[in-house]
Amino acid sequence: MSLLSSTTALLGKELRTEFRSRELLTTTVVFILMVIVLFSFTFDPTYNESRRFGPGLLWLAFLFAASLMLQPCFLREQNNDTLSALRLSVSDPFAIFLAKLIANTLFLLFTEVLMLPIFAVLYNVPVLRVLGQLLLVFFLGSLGVSIAGTALSAISAQARMRELLLPLLLLPLLTPVLVASTQVTVGLLDASPFLEWKGVGFLVVFDVIFLTALWLFGEYLLEE
Amino acid sequence: MTSRGFSPTGIRFENIEKRYGGLAALRRIRFEIAPGECVALAGRNGSGKTTLLRIAAGLVCPSSGELTFPSAAGASAGAAPVTSKTEAVRAKPSAGFVAHATMVYDELTAEENLLLFARLQQTPNATERVEKLLHEVGLFDRRSSLVRTFSRGMRQRVAIARALLHEPSILLLDEPSTGLDPQGVGWLAATLRQLRDAGCTILMSLHGESEISMLATRAIRLDAGLIVADTRTGAEVRSILTFADA
Repeated sequence: MSLLSSTTALLGKELRTEFRSRELLTTTVVFILMVIVLFSFTFDPTYNESRRFGPGLLWLAFLFAASLMLQPCFLREQNNDTLSALRLSVSDPFAIFLAKLIANTLFLLFTEVLMLPIFAVLYNVPVLRVLGQLLLVFFLGSLGVSIAGTALSAISAQARMRELLLPLLLLPLLTPVLVASTQVTVGLLDASPFLEWKGVGFLVVFDVIFLTALWLFGEYLLEE
Repeated sequence: MTSRGFSPTGIRFENIEKRYGGLAALRRIRFEIAPGECVALAGRNGSGKTTLLRIAAGLVCPSSGELTFPSAAGASAGAAPVTSKTEAVRAKPSAGFVAHATMVYDELTAEENLLLFARLQQTPNATERVEKLLHEVGLFDRRSSLVRTFSRGMRQRVAIARALLHEPSILLLDEPSTGLDPQGVGWLAATLRQLRDAGCTILMSLHGESEISMLATRAIRLDAGLIVADTRTGAEVRSILTFADA
């Protein structure tokens, strides 16, 4: 109950501060938009070609945008030493991680849903018929990115070369998520769409393992 | 200030050492603060005052030594040796901590900040408690303003209100008068006097003599991580606080 109420209070804080500053959402939306628009001019995206490279391009853009979004996640808690105040106030430090990773997942999902129609139009890919399944992959992929990214953000925030450290740790760690998400998305954007359950299963397992690890060891990442 | 429902708690430092790599920030720190005592820490920059306060708050784990919190009744709240940082946080009784940084969010209003921490600390009647504290720190009229629009002194008032939210039995203050104007210092001194008289244990780091330092019944001077003076004699307390930086 304490974990739930603390997480709810902290999630409210995360959403409120973000919607006031719009720091993370603006960066992410602009980055993904630029990648999608730029590549649509570079290629001649016919339907068949789009199905081949579109999913990879889309997830690569999501991954790099997420690394931009995750960088300030714990860094901005250091401005006024608010992380110390949180550590002194919460009974379960996992609430701090849980609130942050839920917020990051929501921000990432929001950006992805916003970008999906633009991607569909510019790359001539029909997405409406598989929208439900696409949202499922987006959710599982974004959750995986957020769980690992939030943990690594806590580590890198205390390091000296923090701007360099997060992408260095994050990108190799998330390569399996990127591959699985791309494979499932390729199947969904196929001429005869299908849901590749193996990929979905892998994403679920990845999310569960990393969430459990964060629950078990997360509090050690917050120590000075 | 409030009807205080805590049991007075002291702090016992048993051979506390803290090293950052090869640098010893604290060495052989051994002293006990009795429940309800008001102790001022003095010393030059880098003498170890902040580290000692952060160890007492449970934010930093000592490299070696034990930190316990004996209560007035004789029981020890954190009697087991603190061997990990996590245990340090868990062992602490209800401590309020005012750090050098304000520890509040610039993008939230004063009221939102206090409500957030009140909810995290599961403070009973959080809304009423927050309103009362906002009145006491003189920010009730500015409760809906974002903290980033506040002056340093106003932010410090929010920081102090945050530390007092859960009516702590131990108050740890790191240069609490930072940014406060003379009225603010007077208000803080009056508040601390009330808390001290109600049995709250206070450990604070100070620079020079002020209205706040007059409250101290004991002064400890640190130098290069070592305790070089510890006195309860009135004149010596003033002397330590006045000449600590010299």
